[in-house]
Amino acid sequence: MVSANPAVVPSPVARKRRRRGVRTLSGRDKVVLSLMVGVPLLGVLFFIWFPAVATVLLSFTKWNGIGGLKTIRAEGVQNYVQAATNYPPFWPAVRHNVLWLVVFLVIATPLGMLFAVVLDRNIRGSRIYQSLLFLPVMLSLALIGIIWELIYSPNFGLLNNVIGRSGQHNLIDWLGNPNLNLWAVLVEACWRQAPYVMVLYLAGLKAVDPSLREAALVDGAGPWQTFWRVVFPTLRPINIVILVITVIESLRAFDLVYITNGGNNGLELLSVLITRNIVGQVSRVGFGSALGVVLLVISLVPIVTFLVMQLRQEKRS
Amino acid sequence: MSDPGSSSSSGSPGGPVPASGLATLATGRRAVLKGLAGAAGLAVVPGALAAACSSSKNNNSGGAPTGAATTSSNASPAGGSPSAGGSSGGGGGNVTGTVTFGSNYSDAVPKAAFAAMIGGFTAKNSGVDVKINTVDHNTFQNNINNYLQGTPDDLFTWFAGFRMRFFASQGLATPIDDVWDTIGANFSDAFKNASKGDDGHYYFVPLYNYPWAIFYRKSVFASKGYQIPKTWDDFVALQKQMQKDGLVPMAMGQKDGWPALGTFDIINMRLNGFQFHMDLMAHKVGWDDPKVLNVFKQWQEVLPYQQPGATGRIWQDAAKSLLNKQAGMYLLGSFVAQQFQGADLDDLDFFPYPEIDSANGQDSIDAPIDGFMMSKKVKNKDAATALLKFIGTPEAEALYGKTDPSDVAAATNADTSNYNAIQKKSAEIIKGAKNIAQFLDRDTNPQFADDTVANMIDSFFNNPSEVQSQLKSLESQAKQVFTS
Repeated sequence: MVSANPAVVPSPVARKRRRRGVRTLSGRDKVVLSLMVGVPLLGVLFFIWFPAVATVLLSFTKWNGIGGLKTIRAEGVQNYVQAATNYPPFWPAVRHNVLWLVVFLVIATPLGMLFAVVLDRNIRGSRIYQSLLFLPVMLSLALIGIIWELIYSPNFGLLNNVIGRSGQHNLIDWLGNPNLNLWAVLVEACWRQAPYVMVLYLAGLKAVDPSLREAALVDGAGPWQTFWRVVFPTLRPINIVILVITVIESLRAFDLVYITNGGNNGLELLSVLITRNIVGQVSRVGFGSALGVVLLVISLVPIVTFLVMQLRQEKRS
Repeated sequence: MSDPGSSSSSGSPGGPVPASGLATLATGRRAVLKGLAGAAGLAVVPGALAAACSSSKNNNSGGAPTGAATTSSNASPAGGSPSAGGSSGGGGGNVTGTVTFGSNYSDAVPKAAFAAMIGGFTAKNSGVDVKINTVDHNTFQNNINNYLQGTPDDLFTWFAGFRMRFFASQGLATPIDDVWDTIGANFSDAFKNASKGDDGHYYFVPLYNYPWAIFYRKSVFASKGYQIPKTWDDFVALQKQMQKDGLVPMAMGQKDGWPALGTFDIINMRLNGFQFHMDLMAHKVGWDDPKVLNVFKQWQEVLPYQQPGATGRIWQDAAKSLLNKQAGMYLLGSFVAQQFQGADLDDLDFFPYPEIDSANGQDSIDAPIDGFMMSKKVKNKDAATALLKFIGTPEAEALYGKTDPSDVAAATNADTSNYNAIQKKSAEIIKGAKNIAQFLDRDTNPQFADDTVANMIDSFFNNPSEVQSQLKSLESQAKQVFTS
């Protein structure tokens, strides 16, 4: 736009503009600029800040969604008190959300990285393995839930029939037993998450300069050392992306448990409880919003941590 | 979230038998949330939902939130020419204009049956154009609040029960006493009562219903010499015998949360009577009432005979175990027959839940009624009234039943000559019951039923001995839900 390129011979007008800085933007520039800033700003305000603030405000009210805004009644922190003390699914949901995050961090993500590293070594049939592993990522989570239901189904499922536990008295109720079903669903979740991480990591690994490895090899480093001392540190940007994705994926966990049993009986998650209270024939909008705020606060922890790290790094550089 | 009542109901009219029980999971109630889930990103999304509820009063105009198809019924005339005689109402060609009809009969068979019924009306009233806005039934139910508060159609499909009365009391429906002046003679008192709001006015025209009862295979009972149990003792003895014979006495599939509500309903009505059940549904008595505890104690007596692993099994699989003769009995709505075909279907039979307290006998039954209501903002009231009058005739119900023969027509004088054995017996068993309940999640706050009560029953299955504290917690939550 405004010519600020010294390589171009500046016209007198441009020179004048450059000297006086922003103030001398032409009318058209101003319109363009304000559109470029204003439209996204409105979008952010309307689609992110307005719902977020409305949720926080609604969480202090009681409303069944029927009748105008006048029927909304203030309730103070009653919804939060009720959630914590008189809503049995609440604490299990918080625990399960945290467990989901931990399993993704400890199992799914390292597994995905392992797949990526192994595939990156160009073993025979690497393409085939890659496609097979990547298959779950291409399926929707809803579909994954249904596929695994066929495997886990107590009487007619693949798993129980293979291990011979499909009889009436020795069957393993993978998805119905509240002590078992979360782990069963976490297997489904990891089945999809690990290859997802694998793909991202594989892309990162392909981008690592081969001369680094050669240099490490020349210096006498083994494969283990090469990876952890040389390759892994150079993958820092991709590691951060994967960390963020892991956190996001575990906080937005919803589809699998919803498909499996609607998020009851051992599969409670905050996202499900929110949906259940707000969507449907009968709404407890205030209560559901309070649960939404709880999830918002939980998501803020990794987001803020990430931002702080990011800012520190920028300062340092 | 969608509710089981709807699920059970949607199961019932959904004529075509799904090839696989699991396949049905993909469609229906879950399908709605698939879309939602895609959008469920971070925590702000719930906020967006909440805000949408508050800010968008006209979002779902025309009852067509998603994937709505507008069809004009004139395009699909009824099979044959409906005869004009033999019934009250529905006649006269004196109304004109367009009537819009919001329909959740989105499965192929009910949709065609509904179109056939409307075709019967337009054939007689050529001046009226009925526009049917068909919406997927789960979407329809999930959006009902916004729909009714926005710009609803003149008429819409709904169910008898708590939610119908709630809409009536909130002024979201138009009273239709004038319709009932004409069609009243066609219905029994049970249906009349089920069609009234809390203010005593009529708000609802029933189309059909279906009973919940204990299903069994005649061949299994015949080969083992089992007798239909009439009393509780017989019932327990029978289940004991079945277990000895290597059968699962009572099939159960509780994964979707709602089927076991039917067991609670029937034990409560047998043990404590219909009135207590309705009082409990309206939360006039608490869930910590000793009488409710008694229901679960009664249930505990037969719990050892119930199919293990119920909370992980869908009802279709439980029905399969009855089909495969692994299970002896199954308490479910008559839509269980969808899982049976040919000779197996002929072998299927059912009986009402045995008597527990002789004071109540077998006088009550769960038989959810589906039907129609008129919205508050009706635009063409004359034509809409005429249409409802027509729907309340045996003739209209016969038109519907001809295409979708899985339920029992609501009118007492409906033509039953085409009924199959299950339908005939269903009609009999419903007629024989003095009190008709609508199923737990239609008789009370549906969200409370499907989430809170269903959860409590799940935990009862997992830890039957802790029922007392489970009920205490349930009541404490009920207080929160019912004080508005």
